[in-house]
Amino acid sequence: MEKVEKILCDYVYDESKIIQILEEAQNEYNYLPKEVLEYISQNLNTPLSKIYSIATFYNAFSLNPQGEHFITVCMGTACHVRGAPMVLERIEERLGIKAGMTTEDQMFTLKTVNCLGACALAPIVVIDGEYYGKATPQKIGKILDKYQQKETTNTKQKEQVK
Amino acid sequence: MKEYRLHTLICAGTGCVACGALDVKEELEKEIVKQGLEDEVKVVTTGCQGFCERGPIVIVQPGDIFYQRVSKEDIPHLVEEHLLKGRPVKSLMYVPGPEKPPIPTMMDIGFFKHQRLLVLKNRGRLDPENIEEYIGFDGYRGLEKALAEMTPEEIIKEIKDSGLRGRGGAGFPTGLKWELCRKSPDEIKYIVCNGDEGDPGAFMDRSILEADPHAVIEGMIIGGKAIGAHKGFIYVRNEYPLAVKRLKIALSQAEEYGLLGKDILGTGFDFPIEVIQGAGAFVCGEETALLKSVEGKVGRPRPRPPYPTEKGLWGKPTNINNVETWANVPAIILRSAEWFSSIGTEKSKGTKIFSLVGKINNTGLVEVPMGITLREIVFDIGGGIADDEEFKGVQLGGPSGGILTEEHLDTSVDYESLTEAGAIMGSGGMVVLSENDCMVDTARYFLNFIQEESCGKCTPCRVGSKRMLEILDRIVEGRAEEDDLKKLKILAEKVKKYSLCGLGQTAPNPVLTTLRYFEDEYKAHIEEKRCPAKVCKNLFKYVITDRCTGCTFCVRNCPTDAIEGEVGNKHKIIQEDCTKCGTCLEVCPVDAVEAVDNE
Repeated sequence: MEKVEKILCDYVYDESKIIQILEEAQNEYNYLPKEVLEYISQNLNTPLSKIYSIATFYNAFSLNPQGEHFITVCMGTACHVRGAPMVLERIEERLGIKAGMTTEDQMFTLKTVNCLGACALAPIVVIDGEYYGKATPQKIGKILDKYQQKETTNTKQKEQVK
Repeated sequence: MKEYRLHTLICAGTGCVACGALDVKEELEKEIVKQGLEDEVKVVTTGCQGFCERGPIVIVQPGDIFYQRVSKEDIPHLVEEHLLKGRPVKSLMYVPGPEKPPIPTMMDIGFFKHQRLLVLKNRGRLDPENIEEYIGFDGYRGLEKALAEMTPEEIIKEIKDSGLRGRGGAGFPTGLKWELCRKSPDEIKYIVCNGDEGDPGAFMDRSILEADPHAVIEGMIIGGKAIGAHKGFIYVRNEYPLAVKRLKIALSQAEEYGLLGKDILGTGFDFPIEVIQGAGAFVCGEETALLKSVEGKVGRPRPRPPYPTEKGLWGKPTNINNVETWANVPAIILRSAEWFSSIGTEKSKGTKIFSLVGKINNTGLVEVPMGITLREIVFDIGGGIADDEEFKGVQLGGPSGGILTEEHLDTSVDYESLTEAGAIMGSGGMVVLSENDCMVDTARYFLNFIQEESCGKCTPCRVGSKRMLEILDRIVEGRAEEDDLKKLKILAEKVKKYSLCGLGQTAPNPVLTTLRYFEDEYKAHIEEKRCPAKVCKNLFKYVITDRCTGCTFCVRNCPTDAIEGEVGNKHKIIQEDCTKCGTCLEVCPVDAVEAVDNE
């Protein structure tokens, strides 16, 4: 809990900065583990229920561990009219999960976002910070192939090392 | 300061960066050194140029030569030809259409020619991470004037006289709001900049914050002085990390230069500003919800009155304005209310920024004088509808707004005319729709958005939007019954009338305007189980026509193996297995795939 302690210290245990504190904690752990929330609750002297309500109200927070690769599909209006629903559907099909979920092997987390404000590239898919503009179901299939191949090779290598 | 023979300005807005602008910059710097031009040519990264469709964008000054869709590979040739030998490269210039000659200079391109830049005047001409460049273009002179020569009352009068109205959408007179807040009896007051730009398909505020953060900061300090506020907050959406980064840099530079914080410009006025990053909740764009979020609480709205100008942050009078509104302030103070009010219409003064997106050739960010027509925006600036499709409508104001049609193309873009036509000015999202867009699907899209973002506090919005969405789901899926349309209308009126905040009160607007102008389309879905635009998946099918040459391209690419056929023979789609993803349509080299009505 040293990391959380440091974050709390940075914000001088100010309860009104709870959103920023949770944001930083999430950056640190990639999600908000229960123990972290409990620790914050005790040290800010704030009921856990209140922290839980904030952590579940805002979309940026996740109470579950997130996958190694983070896929964001923009569902803004411009993306919608240029075919984003088809692209999302294809990704969901390929990964076997719905938006908001993480694959069982913890490799991919799929999320949708309401607008990235880069509408000229619509529809947009962002994978680990890399933008893939003018996406189509076909193109995105190929991009996913690349990531999944990489993962298979990585797993194989890891197994060999073992 | 060192003099350079040439400046190359690279757009580093989100759109261009996503297309690889930073790679282009790196290559450019490398190549300049390679050619020994580092003492003659300066490379500057600027904020968003607006013409996102054509990114990455590089402009060479002097001469205003505009290069578009520049890739890393183009750089060696560009450096050698233009920067070294002085011969502009035609192949990288903008070409307005087939058989037309390339246009070398920025201001001759239709997209830029018809715009009027007040708020975005610094876009693309300065480095937003360098305060000296902002100061070099008259930056902070408005603040100097306000602090040294004007009383708070005079500042407020100037803003009132200018006719500036809130750019967040509702159009409340800014000067009047400032006056109300100033007159609220309390020792402590706050001002807030609303940068929680959540409307899908809108990125005006992001662009201002990325391209010219100091303009917003300067506007806020002037406002702080006029209102008698103690601290300012800028609330920025979670999805805009670049804007937050640039704001933080700008704030620390302004403080270093004595323009922010304690004893500003030696006048004894103290005013700090803090940036707050949101955590992803659309409803936080509503002012009372936003205030809750700044206080570190769940962002749920509350009824007004009391308005934030009486009871805002921590119960103190608080003045909230949108990013674009604040960015308008410095120029009004510096150049006078009279100058500002000479632009625009009788009741809507100045300019408005729109993000022009959807089925349009020139996607991008445009700033236009109030009173311009929709036709000028869509066709002269936007370059018309993409892929030679027919214009069908334009959706203004996001989920709170409405759709206007062909008959409104000559409507003047001002607060009153747009409201009268059934849409709203809104924050500036402008989504162009073509004949291939289904209006029911579009209305469903916005309602689904609202339904997901409803904070759940009041029943009309929470339950009403859900029930409306269920009806629309039935319509797009072909399960609707005759009286569904009537039910939808009744619900829409109730949600509008009884919801607690702006989010719910405006939620039915996209449904109501599409019903007003496209009721036929709803009826086609309900009565004939047909989607005229071929968007709603249950209501059409793909077939392969006789044009098919039997190349098996679609067969190999179909993700669900729903196409059968062999080389040389016409292929066939197995309807039961088809998910209508459109891949066959996309890959077919001879356009043999067509969408048709179900029998």
